[in-house]
Amino acid sequence: MSRACVSLLALMIGAAVLPALGQSGTLNLPKSVEAGAAFSIPTSGSGRATLYIAGPAQILKREVQLGQPIAFAAGDLTNAGHYLAVLSSQSSTATREFDVVPAPQPATLSFLARPSRLPVGLQNGVTGAVYVFDSFQNLITNPTPVSFQLSVAAAPTQARIVTTIQGAAWTEMNSSPKEGNAKFVAQAGDVSAARVIQQVPGDPCGLKMSARKAGDKIQLETDPLRDCSGNAVTDGTVVTFTESWNGGQTTVDVPLKHGVAQAEVPAHNGARITVATGVVMGNEIRWEGQS
Amino acid sequence: MMRSLAIFCAAAAIFAASAAGQGAVQVEPTMLKGPRPLAKQTESAVVRDYLEAWQTLSAALNQNQADLLNQDFVGTAKEKFAATVDEQAKLGLHTHYQERSHDIKIIFYSPDGLSIQVVDNIEYDVQLLEHEKVLATQPVRARYIAVLTPTEVRWKVRVLQSESQ
Repeated sequence: MSRACVSLLALMIGAAVLPALGQSGTLNLPKSVEAGAAFSIPTSGSGRATLYIAGPAQILKREVQLGQPIAFAAGDLTNAGHYLAVLSSQSSTATREFDVVPAPQPATLSFLARPSRLPVGLQNGVTGAVYVFDSFQNLITNPTPVSFQLSVAAAPTQARIVTTIQGAAWTEMNSSPKEGNAKFVAQAGDVSAARVIQQVPGDPCGLKMSARKAGDKIQLETDPLRDCSGNAVTDGTVVTFTESWNGGQTTVDVPLKHGVAQAEVPAHNGARITVATGVVMGNEIRWEGQS
Repeated sequence: MMRSLAIFCAAAAIFAASAAGQGAVQVEPTMLKGPRPLAKQTESAVVRDYLEAWQTLSAALNQNQADLLNQDFVGTAKEKFAATVDEQAKLGLHTHYQERSHDIKIIFYSPDGLSIQVVDNIEYDVQLLEHEKVLATQPVRARYIAVLTPTEVRWKVRVLQSESQ
């Protein structure tokens, strides 16, 4: 039999049966109830019956006395969703639909903040997305304001309030000009979640070296390396010194130590010495045997 | 404009043809509220995995087999549906969900790419059975919100919740 025929038959049977149901047991359900809240369902009729509350996220079964309200205690029905209520007695069955809606008060936040580490001064470099849940892990789909704050010592706090759409809110913020661990906080109602974003110095700004004679070698040393916001570039950043002379070349890679890089290269009169780190080029020195 | 419409119609037709188990499937044009662009491949994978999740849920609730949920669900959704399956089994009940149509729209792709949100205006028949005796059959029209997260090989449903209409 086709599905259409089956549906039609079910409708006809339903239409024939439903008027009789009112005689022995009816359900007067609210259209919606709040998750976890106590509620009661008035019934009519007399005798014993069984009430089934069925949804994908929760199912309940209760033996009830018709004519008496069916009481549900706080915490009985906690999962938001669409439910079917079926009141079944020996002589009849009544079926209704209703919704369980999330509790309005946020209880937990799912806060996704990225990245965990980034350079200072990056426009919209920090992103945060939040899903807001009630105390029963139901997504609160009603618009809810979420406050985002990104703060780091010695720099102004960035703050933004975003209202959730279907339970989700997101924001983008700039990393601050000052290096250090930034605290990224999302808050909805009384609940908040915090993440730490490590803000590290950016690329060096104005790489400059000096050279002096040390025996038959040249001692090279950079000025303290700072990014364009004045933050000391992280120790360990590799600086490359290159010395070129007639037909020869020496390259030395050294990590920054205490903010400076030092290296020794052979002294060749007329040599050209350059310095670079990452994509940043520094000054150039032509060695003429000076002391 | 016409090209976009043609692509959308073709995509909708493909989903309708390939997703016979879910009834008619329509995918609305994506209207993202986030900053992250959504690649067509990602969109297709999300819709495919979301629809499969519904079939898995239906099978788990019908057969009272919670382990079926592992394939398509994680986190809260998996815990809640698994609890329903366990409770059904204890009570001697099972439920049969027969999807008639889906009208799906992707509304949010989080900036980090770790979650995607889908709204689905769905129509299905739900049948409640006690020891194979049909207690009730009800056609339902509901609006579901789903949040999916990427795993090694597929998108899994972390939140699946209907919204009061």
